[in-house]
Amino acid sequence: MTMWVDFIIVAVLLLDLMMLSSSRIRNCIQIAAVQGTLVGLMPLFVESHPGALSPVVASFFSIFLKGVVFPWLLFRALREANIRKEVEPIGGYPLSLLMGVVMFAMGFWLSKRLLYPDPFVPALGAPVSFATFFTGVFLIISRMKAITQVIGYLILENGIYLFGAVFLGGQSLLVELAILLDIFAAVFVMGITIFHINREFDHIDTQKLSELKDIITSK
Amino acid sequence: MNVLLCSLIVLIVSGVFAFSLNRCVKFANGMGAAGAVTACVVGLGALFAVYNNPTAAVFSIPWAIPCGSFSLGADALSAVFLFPVFLLSALSALYGFDYLKHYYGKKNIGAAWLFYNLLVASMALVIMARNAILFLSAWEMMSVSSCFLVLFEGEKRDVARAGLIYLVATHIGTLFLLVMFILLGKESGSWDFAAWQGTRAGFGPSLIFLCALIGFGTKSGFVPMHIWLPEAHPAAPSHVSALMSGVMIKTGIYGLLRIMTFLGMPCAWWGYLLIAIGSLSGILGVLFALAQSDFKRLLAYSSIENIGIILMGIGLGVVGLSVQNSFLMVMGFAGGLLHVVNHAFFKGLLFLGAGAVYHETGTRKMDLLGGLLKKMPITGFCFLVGAAAICGLPPLNGFVSEFLVYYASFKSISGSTSLVFAAVGIITSLALIGGLAAACFTKAFGIIFLGETRTACGQNAHEAGVFMRLSMVILAVACIVIGLSAPLFIGVFARIIADVSGSPLSLIQLCLMEAGPPLISVVVMAVCLFIVVVLTVLLRRSFLSGRVITRFPTWDCGYARPDPRMQYTASSFAQPVVDFFKGVLRTQKQAVKITRYFPDSPSFKTETTDLFSETVFRPMLRSMRRFTGKLTWLQHGKLQFYILYIVFALVALFIWKL
Repeated sequence: MTMWVDFIIVAVLLLDLMMLSSSRIRNCIQIAAVQGTLVGLMPLFVESHPGALSPVVASFFSIFLKGVVFPWLLFRALREANIRKEVEPIGGYPLSLLMGVVMFAMGFWLSKRLLYPDPFVPALGAPVSFATFFTGVFLIISRMKAITQVIGYLILENGIYLFGAVFLGGQSLLVELAILLDIFAAVFVMGITIFHINREFDHIDTQKLSELKDIITSK
Repeated sequence: MNVLLCSLIVLIVSGVFAFSLNRCVKFANGMGAAGAVTACVVGLGALFAVYNNPTAAVFSIPWAIPCGSFSLGADALSAVFLFPVFLLSALSALYGFDYLKHYYGKKNIGAAWLFYNLLVASMALVIMARNAILFLSAWEMMSVSSCFLVLFEGEKRDVARAGLIYLVATHIGTLFLLVMFILLGKESGSWDFAAWQGTRAGFGPSLIFLCALIGFGTKSGFVPMHIWLPEAHPAAPSHVSALMSGVMIKTGIYGLLRIMTFLGMPCAWWGYLLIAIGSLSGILGVLFALAQSDFKRLLAYSSIENIGIILMGIGLGVVGLSVQNSFLMVMGFAGGLLHVVNHAFFKGLLFLGAGAVYHETGTRKMDLLGGLLKKMPITGFCFLVGAAAICGLPPLNGFVSEFLVYYASFKSISGSTSLVFAAVGIITSLALIGGLAAACFTKAFGIIFLGETRTACGQNAHEAGVFMRLSMVILAVACIVIGLSAPLFIGVFARIIADVSGSPLSLIQLCLMEAGPPLISVVVMAVCLFIVVVLTVLLRRSFLSGRVITRFPTWDCGYARPDPRMQYTASSFAQPVVDFFKGVLRTQKQAVKITRYFPDSPSFKTETTDLFSETVFRPMLRSMRRFTGKLTWLQHGKLQFYILYIVFALVALFIWKL
């Protein structure tokens, strides 16, 4: 069982790095879907607390949402808003990759300072969770398009889910499902918003949203 | 207590109804006014029960908000503040019903009533709240609903500016209140008022007192925290100005007194500080009132003056409490609290009268009016009663409260040096305030109501609507009745002062009894004065009977062609006093110098801006703006970077806590 857990954790980390280096939005959505499916499998492999939500149900729900529904919604938004294929990063792909490594290191540093309730945990669990979390945040910050921010949001949630699944057993699954529902609503709303931003402004570049700001800074 | 709760519910429900039925504007107007009047009358009825049996007036249910509990209570101190709230709110609502008819189709009447009723309900809630969170919520509700009422005519530029100034000022005040409540709550570990009773030692109480002074003082308009008041009060519709000036600013006085009951024995310097701020507010308030040419602005400044008089009374009470001079304490508190009630009446009356004038003429500039007494006799007479009361002339109510403060001061002149100093200060400033107030309101009444109509503004004026007149007449009668019946009800204050000071009731009653004889002699004199006036009128009538009476225009004075422009203007009337105090007032005069015998286009303009907003707040805000202007690069409107800020903050917190 531990082998599978370690396998998933390493795969998640690799997917983070892939995400940072991929230039196509289509690819990004696919990677997020695969990563979501992998972390969704996690509850099946860790020891769950007695009395917690059935791991099979939790797994099913999260895989269904992250692996099927979200990608479908995002692809649909991509098609309807007629978005160009590139992710348009601030900086560049090499810098993103470098940041990925830095974030992984930071995850290691943070995880060393945490106190764990259970000493027998996968060594890479916490660092990779943190790295995934930071990757999500980094995507939100460094990519221009609104749709990549949705993807970043999903990756961020994957990080949280991974952390919960590895360290808290079945206890946190109920909370996780609640968060999933929130995310579902959020992705849904964002899908609609992206479409509307696109229709009103002919682009979905969030940087140009600064035209809407009310306080004109003194130039 | 249940009755009081019912009246709160009626207020809120009727406000919501009026708002939701806004499409039928007449119904909304009627609904809002009727709800407010009913609720206030019910509340007034409940007050007597509350006063007689304060222990029963408690209501408490748990509340989901952290540290909060929905606990209400009403003791004698609450009752004395609730009384003017309910009475003036009912009369202003009655008045507002007529006043708002003018705005049918132009304004959202339903929303105006929603906020009016919310304002009344939140004022009552502030006074009855017995938990800090509940108090602050009600306080905010009061500030926000009154701000919306100020913005009733928000499409005008200066009204919008006034609303903004008010909103900022009131929230600065709330900030200090929050600090004060945190200080109080930290010490006792609870946010319920009941847990805060008892004496404290050390530096803490003084700090809490100073926070309360700034926080509540901003709401009440103590100089120099008053700058919002002359902006916001004139901008609001007149029945709202009456309510804000008459009772809303008193919630600050209430809060100050309520907090002082938690702090145990007060230090003497608190009282001296209150007296100093009071006399400063009183003198500057009336001086600036005198220099104004907008009559609602004049009334707003005069509210600052009266808050000063209230503060002097309370300051004397605090000094008396701390030096254990029970007579001084009782007279000071009684004078201050009575002036709270009295000011609600005559300031309400004056604002309602001013509103009637504004409603009929469409201007607030005194120099454009004149001769309105002939066209609006009832409004004019009510305004005259209010003006005489606010100047503290016997036999009206303003005199009684000022008399109590005078009486206490004169009695304490034989005390310790610092007490003598304070007493002499109070006597001189009260005398100065009285004289200047007389000049100020002679000017207001004379320019608006006497003489001849100056411009076209007043040509078509006629008497205000029946409800407007009714509420003004009731207030005018109340001013006279309180003035004449003071010896009868002064005993009512015993229990209130016992609530504030914690002294035994019998001692307070004994002291109040001492004020009886002089008050009775005042009333006797007043009745004599009244008889003399009546006799003079009768005598004049008997002399004139059977003779032909010819009437001429005012200021005819034998001129060949008298012109309304020959009359005194507001600024020319006030000029001697204004010039005398020009160091403080800094009135700016703009005049075209006349060089020829027949000048082409002479002009003369005076303007008195507020001393503190010009010399203290404006430079302060300017430098603050300069400083914060350097930080605008942070505020660039790029979504990604905002998220980055959030992430930085979260990571920093995470690392700090790790």
